[in-house]
Amino acid sequence: MAKPASPTAAYQPSDISAVRRQRARYSVRLWSVKHARGLEIIYTLLADVFLKLHPLWNLIGYRRVERPVMFVEKTVKGFLFDCRMCGQCALSDTGMSCPMNCPKQLRNGPCGGVRANGNCEVEPDMPCVWVQAWQGSQRMRANSNILKVQKPVDQSLRNTSAWLRVTAERAEQDALEKAQEQ
Amino acid sequence: MSPNAPEDFSYVPEGHTSRGRLERILRRGEFAVTAELNPPDSADPNEVYERGGIFDGWVDGINATDGSGANCHMSSVAICGLLTRVGYAPILQISCRDRNRIAIQGDVLGAAAMGVNNILCLTGDGVQAGDQPGAKPVFDFDCMSLLETIRTMRDEGRFLSGRKITDPPRVFLGAAINPFAPPYDYRPLRLKKKIEAGAQFVQSQYCYDIPLLKEYMKRVCDMGLHEKCYILIGVGPLASAKTARWMRANVPGVHIPDSIIARLEGAEKQKLEGKKLCIELIQQIQDIEGVSGIHVMAYRQEELVSEIVHESGVLKDRKPWQRELNPGDATAIEFAERQSGELAASDT
Repeated sequence: MAKPASPTAAYQPSDISAVRRQRARYSVRLWSVKHARGLEIIYTLLADVFLKLHPLWNLIGYRRVERPVMFVEKTVKGFLFDCRMCGQCALSDTGMSCPMNCPKQLRNGPCGGVRANGNCEVEPDMPCVWVQAWQGSQRMRANSNILKVQKPVDQSLRNTSAWLRVTAERAEQDALEKAQEQ
Repeated sequence: MSPNAPEDFSYVPEGHTSRGRLERILRRGEFAVTAELNPPDSADPNEVYERGGIFDGWVDGINATDGSGANCHMSSVAICGLLTRVGYAPILQISCRDRNRIAIQGDVLGAAAMGVNNILCLTGDGVQAGDQPGAKPVFDFDCMSLLETIRTMRDEGRFLSGRKITDPPRVFLGAAINPFAPPYDYRPLRLKKKIEAGAQFVQSQYCYDIPLLKEYMKRVCDMGLHEKCYILIGVGPLASAKTARWMRANVPGVHIPDSIIARLEGAEKQKLEGKKLCIELIQQIQDIEGVSGIHVMAYRQEELVSEIVHESGVLKDRKPWQRELNPGDATAIEFAERQSGELAASDT
């Protein structure tokens, strides 16, 4: 039979973390989840502004504008959500809690390892991203978006601007609809 | 054919998705029993046969874990491949921790080609939980996208990329649930999501908290989910109060109430009490509405599974498929004898 697993494995009980992290690191992220409703409204407005600017993006060229926009997006979302620039933002479906901060990068809800205190299995000091997401989503208008099954992450979109991609897609769709109407 | 297997398993029955035994038993409305095999740290196939043989004639499916607890063991595909050679019905566990989408889709085809009919899609424990915490966590898929991908492979005969598969894998798809971890009010919705992604059966984490399970199952039944998916509840004997404490602190996602630990601590023979407790839990679980079976995880106490299943009486008069012994198969005969000897001893 197999040798008994030694209890000295790297896994640590809930109250001890191998790497002490500063609690403060999570405070902005948690604030964003608490204000998911307000951020949702700002996000919708911002998306509309970006769409209105579509002719401008087109004029300069989406590829040329990519880097500066990505820089702004990275800074803003990095501050508010600890964004990891996966390039396919799901924040509006995940209660304004970035799923890429989950050590398992789960995009479809919490794993079974969530601790009784609502913290992460892998990083015992971090509140589970998905417990937060569930709370945040309940504050939002689009509170059933969290039930959508998300596709696997497309790694080739890493470090690209999700804002521009979504804008381009929406503009294209609008153009298609217009063409169909005519 | 073997007298124990009068059924023809070479075709997929009407309305089924696999050729497998587990799906047939569940669809027939029988109370199913599955068990977890402790994977060997060895390259010897006989160890797999022995460990599978412990469950012979007592279970409808054998789970082959995929590096459970992020520890290194024989691969689940290989264990399943070996088990199908001797006729058992393995449930292939696939965790997203160690392989990316290219490897996993290849494994699904390979396993199906070797006669594996059941696949359980898991996210997997984090690498920090195991013996090699320095490993790179892959998590290319999550359990949900994994389910959806395999369902697409099976139903549409296409890879994730859209490329065609000439003969799709005929598999019965499963997932895991943990009603005993927060956020509790989201857990039934998560099951719904898994069913939408393709789950046909689910196996739960260890259940030691019946009130919590009842609450969960009530919501599941209210949503009608138990009609779309077979729910198997995980159970297992606790060897001692110390083990229980250790499991609670070190195994991710295991919830054991204090009352259970206190009961074990108060008992004279803790191991026996753990078995009794497990049987009691099974008897309570089988009466809960919406439960289709149990999944017995008796880690390093596998020899107790047959006793637990027998004494709990969940199989009623049904006898799960048993391997027809080949007269030349000395290991299997010796094994069966040892097992029946043990059973006789425990009866007296």
